[in-house]
Amino acid sequence: MTNLLAAATIPDAITFAIAAVICVVGAFGVVLARNPVHSALMLVMTLFGVAVLFVEENAQFLAAVQVIVYAGAIVVLFLFVIMLLGVDRHEAIERDPLPGQRLIAVCLGILGLVELILLARGKWPHGPRSVSGPLGTPADNVSRIGKSVFTTYLLAFEVTSALLVIAVVGAVVLARRPRRAAGDDGAPFVEPDDSIGDLDAGEPEPLDQPAEDTEAGAAVEFADADAEAAPTGRAAGRTGP
Amino acid sequence: MSVGTSWYLTLAAILFTIGAIGLLVRRNVLVMFMCVELMLNAATLTFVTFARGLDDIAGQTAVFFVLVVAAAEVVVGLGIIVSIYRRRPGATADDIHGLKG
Repeated sequence: MTNLLAAATIPDAITFAIAAVICVVGAFGVVLARNPVHSALMLVMTLFGVAVLFVEENAQFLAAVQVIVYAGAIVVLFLFVIMLLGVDRHEAIERDPLPGQRLIAVCLGILGLVELILLARGKWPHGPRSVSGPLGTPADNVSRIGKSVFTTYLLAFEVTSALLVIAVVGAVVLARRPRRAAGDDGAPFVEPDDSIGDLDAGEPEPLDQPAEDTEAGAAVEFADADAEAAPTGRAAGRTGP
Repeated sequence: MSVGTSWYLTLAAILFTIGAIGLLVRRNVLVMFMCVELMLNAATLTFVTFARGLDDIAGQTAVFFVLVVAAAEVVVGLGIIVSIYRRRPGATADDIHGLKG
């Protein structure tokens, strides 16, 4: 273990150590934080740590993309959804539908970690080097990635664009407000014609959560008033985040 | 000379394990989704580490595509979560058993 560190210069080793600590602390924060907002902020911490490690590993472009796309877009999307749904209520921890699941999960996770670390301690990586082009210097990292994406992996890149369009259309369809049936003032939400799944037909409130009945009822009433305020045609076409 | 490959792989393994345990332990759907992001990040860190170890740009290109797929996955997943919460406010992962056999 020490001979691996001996090959590294002191600043590199210190940078790696600090970034690794940031990553692990952030990851623990994501899992252990009670509030989902804190989890999202801890996720940002981990993503920044990984970005630092990317720079350390001669992947400058990916470090920038990591910060811009992950921390700038994806986590903000998470925060939007958290704020939109008001998910600040705590989990019902005392109610465990699957007894012993947490203990088994932690044990299996640690078992997998030991296996992975044993694999990582081997003589990896080996094999043919620079098959699809050398890594280059830090100065021409972007141009090399660009050349790789737009020549060798051009087809995958085009398929990726199609994937993004499909994802956008799917998000719009999924987050669309369900259409209200005419003259139905009873249930706040009727069966939408194109819902993703019939989770609980005609039962908008959770059956087994008596502690959250008032909040759930308030949320449903709020959504109901919102739907009534808007014209039906516009409400049907409204999109989510 | 940077820190050895094994250290990066070990760190990625630790991150992946934390994400996996969080996915199994937590019940809030959004936090479970964040744990999936943690696991994805661990995988990308492994890709970049092997790209450096083999001096091959393809590893970094793979990470580029992983980022795109992760973005698409987050968009669709959050859309599903929003529509679920709209039907059942306060739902946890245990309440979503409509497709259970």
